[in-house]
Amino acid sequence: MVSPLDRKLGRDLWRMKGQSLAIAVVIALGVLMLVMMDGLVNSLDQTRAAYYERYRLADVFAPVKRAPDHVLRDLAAIEGVGAVEGRIAGGALIDLEGEPAPIRAFAVSLPDFGTPRINDVYLTDGRRINPSRKDEILLLDGFARARGLAPGDHLSATMNGARRTFDIVGLVQSPEYLYAVAPGELAPNDANFAVLWMSRDALGAAFDLDGAFNEALIALGRNANLDAVIDAVDRVLDPYGGVGAYGLDDQISNRFVSEEISSLRVSARSVPPIFLAVAAFLLYIVISRMIHAEREQIGLLKAFGYSSLEVGVHYFKFVLAVAVGGALLGCMFGVLSGRGMVELYLDYFKFPFLVFNVDPAAFIIGFSASVLSASFGGVVVLRQVFALTPAVAMRPSAPADYTRSVSFSEQLKKVLDQPSRMVVRRIARQPGRAVAAIVGIGSGMALSVAMLTVLASFDKMMDVNFSVLDRSDVTVSFVEPLSDKTLFDLQNVAGVIEVEPFRSVPAILRNGRYSHRGALSGLISEPRLNRAVAADNSAIFVRGDGIILAEPLAAKLNIAPGDRLTVDVREGRRPTLELPVVGVTQSLLGAPAYFELGALNQALKEPGRVSGAYLRIDSAKADDIYVALKDMPAVAGVSIKSKARGAFQQMMDEGAGGMRYIMAAIAAIITFGIVYNSARIAFAERERDLASLRVIGFTKGEASFVLLGELGIITLLALPFGIALGHYLSLAVSAGFSTDLYQIPVSFAPASYGVAVVAVLTAAGVSGWLVNRDVGKLDLVASLKTRE
Amino acid sequence: MSEPAPKPFAPFAFRSEDVTKVYGSGAAAVHALRGVDLEVPRGELVVVLGPSGSGKSTMLNIMGGLDRATSGRVWFMDDELTAMDDAALTQFRRRHVGFVFQFYNLMPSLTARENVELVTEIADNPMDANEALALVGLEERANHFPAQLSGGEQQRVAIARAVAKQPEVLFCDEPTGALDSKTGRAVLRVLKDVNERLGATVLIITHAAATAAMADRVLSFADGKIRDVIVNKTKLDPGEIQW
Repeated sequence: MVSPLDRKLGRDLWRMKGQSLAIAVVIALGVLMLVMMDGLVNSLDQTRAAYYERYRLADVFAPVKRAPDHVLRDLAAIEGVGAVEGRIAGGALIDLEGEPAPIRAFAVSLPDFGTPRINDVYLTDGRRINPSRKDEILLLDGFARARGLAPGDHLSATMNGARRTFDIVGLVQSPEYLYAVAPGELAPNDANFAVLWMSRDALGAAFDLDGAFNEALIALGRNANLDAVIDAVDRVLDPYGGVGAYGLDDQISNRFVSEEISSLRVSARSVPPIFLAVAAFLLYIVISRMIHAEREQIGLLKAFGYSSLEVGVHYFKFVLAVAVGGALLGCMFGVLSGRGMVELYLDYFKFPFLVFNVDPAAFIIGFSASVLSASFGGVVVLRQVFALTPAVAMRPSAPADYTRSVSFSEQLKKVLDQPSRMVVRRIARQPGRAVAAIVGIGSGMALSVAMLTVLASFDKMMDVNFSVLDRSDVTVSFVEPLSDKTLFDLQNVAGVIEVEPFRSVPAILRNGRYSHRGALSGLISEPRLNRAVAADNSAIFVRGDGIILAEPLAAKLNIAPGDRLTVDVREGRRPTLELPVVGVTQSLLGAPAYFELGALNQALKEPGRVSGAYLRIDSAKADDIYVALKDMPAVAGVSIKSKARGAFQQMMDEGAGGMRYIMAAIAAIITFGIVYNSARIAFAERERDLASLRVIGFTKGEASFVLLGELGIITLLALPFGIALGHYLSLAVSAGFSTDLYQIPVSFAPASYGVAVVAVLTAAGVSGWLVNRDVGKLDLVASLKTRE
Repeated sequence: MSEPAPKPFAPFAFRSEDVTKVYGSGAAAVHALRGVDLEVPRGELVVVLGPSGSGKSTMLNIMGGLDRATSGRVWFMDDELTAMDDAALTQFRRRHVGFVFQFYNLMPSLTARENVELVTEIADNPMDANEALALVGLEERANHFPAQLSGGEQQRVAIARAVAKQPEVLFCDEPTGALDSKTGRAVLRVLKDVNERLGATVLIITHAAATAAMADRVLSFADGKIRDVIVNKTKLDPGEIQW
């Protein structure tokens, strides 16, 4: 048996269905964001962990120049080491038919017997290699699909200067190459970077490493101390040319994935609460106004003998129905859209499996946040209503007191007619309410501004990096540091316009307890093709008397100009250098440390060495140049900027960056929801006044002016507030989106503000129009007979 | 309704022929008016009596341009209200009609004078707002907001607002319903003044049968029809009415 009060509840919900739904949707969007993003982060985290575990990804990677196999026993003896495997890994250039540019690849050995104990691979197609067949390879699934290669196809590759043809027998995915990034590039590009796995014998022969290995993979035992193990491994491998062992955290693919996940996590923690807070605020306003409007009915119920508690519970149920409805909707669509996002990520990261799994905490937080905020709005107003005796509550409420509202000077009175005065007085009489509405609309707008600014900032970042910083067309890297005479060979290739050498030296940068594993970039003193620039885009000249650090790197190392930086060089004789920091510069991509090329070579005591060069080329002759480069034995890799930029853009659009589009869309919807709700509430409150005006002889337009004038003024006042709040929100959101790998600069983008302003005005216009239709439908007779 | 000035030829402010009004349809249909024929001469003070649901408010709403008849015809002077569209009805209310309601319906955000000016700003030939307030004896309280006025004062402001445009017709639906007898008499006195001094036709709906004594004409409604029409030979002054 449904109680009469519950029937009233059902009818009230139905009567106010438009507004109830509008609020529920705003709540739902906040909860949706929370559930979707939390689920996404949770799923990625768990999937990654499961994948790593199932395919036994190494905990420590220890590259070395050449170590005999027996050294593995020494490594296995280190305390904390659970398992060791030695393998051979080296660069390769793949020559594909119809592709002029050489494609960079990485060749990795598989053990001759059984499956790898560490860094196993997941076979997606074909079969594993037969160790006795030296020409059989497994190919990275992503590359194969991007290039239309399948088991049974052949592939020719140049390794260590020798060109060979291989049979592809299987396609694999690997936890080591979730994010397949060519060395020196920042974004994965399926079609332009390959990994191939082949027998250890074959690879040993190719790289002259028979009976030796050039990379040790180590799985840690329980309770092992990572730093201690790394130190011990470095000591063991040092005599054999150890480049420096590093943990999984520094492994390139894992680092990208971690960055992506942590960037998502930051967004998941910072953005949905903002959305939810705006939704909660809105709900609070609506509920409190609504209960105020029910004043007489509350008095009536109390007169019938219902207790304050019973009446309170009745209205609380209404609040709860809207809040829970919204939260449920949000959870449902959150899970749905989370699943959709997971599909995208499945494709983006090369996970063989991915389970969508929302932490129950997200549901609980979403639910309680909506219900609590809704209840708060209800309770505050109910308390006022309970204080009234039934008789007073039932009597039509006295005319709202405008005594202390604005009084107009005679001059102003000449300007403002009565409808205008009504609008102004209404706003001035309850400044709190007006401020609340302004804050509400402004917050919605700020969300839009922030999301749009971030969108613009992504583009700005791309532009600065690929147009201002890096003005080269092609980057060529050599197999090892070579004499700078090699540059003449490059210069002589027809179509090459300009050649600018660089030296990149792997190094660990230290400042006390802060360290960074990266590289020193040796550039010529006045670089033209790949420059360091200050915040105003003016070029910074690289100096020979000290290092210039990228801003995020200086922050990471906690170092400032004037301090001295310790540089552990991990190449050649591997000296440790003490160099002064002489400047800090803007960098949006990566974390470079610049040093003048000559000074760097001098410090390394290796004069005249270069590791590669930036080229500016005649684009009409690009294909010929690529072919020429492919034939140069010294060339280890060719990175084409347009492709790198495309890959980066793709990464921004598809990965964590893609989230910004979704957020921008949701921000727009929330903004509209707030404006529309404000208009609806204003209409509900003034229905009777408007009907009176119509009866007196005001036209629909004139009556609408009284209603919409207020919305208009509030909207206009909300604009500057939204712009200011949006600015600060942009800062916060950009920081959330920035990672170690790229920074999102907050650029003042007038267009973002302009678009947000237009969006808010449009929302106001559409809301006004929707509500205005109801002014035309006002029942003049009915609204004059009854109060409320 | 292009000519605001009353046409001298029409002896009646209102005429109606067989007006019906049905709310809802089918089994749920409510017949509020079942064929009303009436004539209201210009310049009279008419009291409309009848029990709740007798159709008197419905008829006045139709005559005031607030509602539409289901069938039948209604004329104001020579213009047929039942043939007008919404915009024309709005103009009709704006130019010719003043309303006084049981619940005053003042704008809480405007002072007494501003509430009157609300109407004078859009009327063709309004009197001064202060003059209108003086008419109801409230010139001293012109700058007070409704919240600062008593119920009777609010109702008098509502009357001032209604008469300020110098309407040809004044509709009053239970104008004394929310007032005590003393205040009620004062309000009726104001309505009579308006009728006599401005020559406006005044129609007053009331439950208080005693009010009929001050009318030129009394229309009694019952069951959606006019039961009888009484033309008073002698009228009482509002002050003499026994409540």
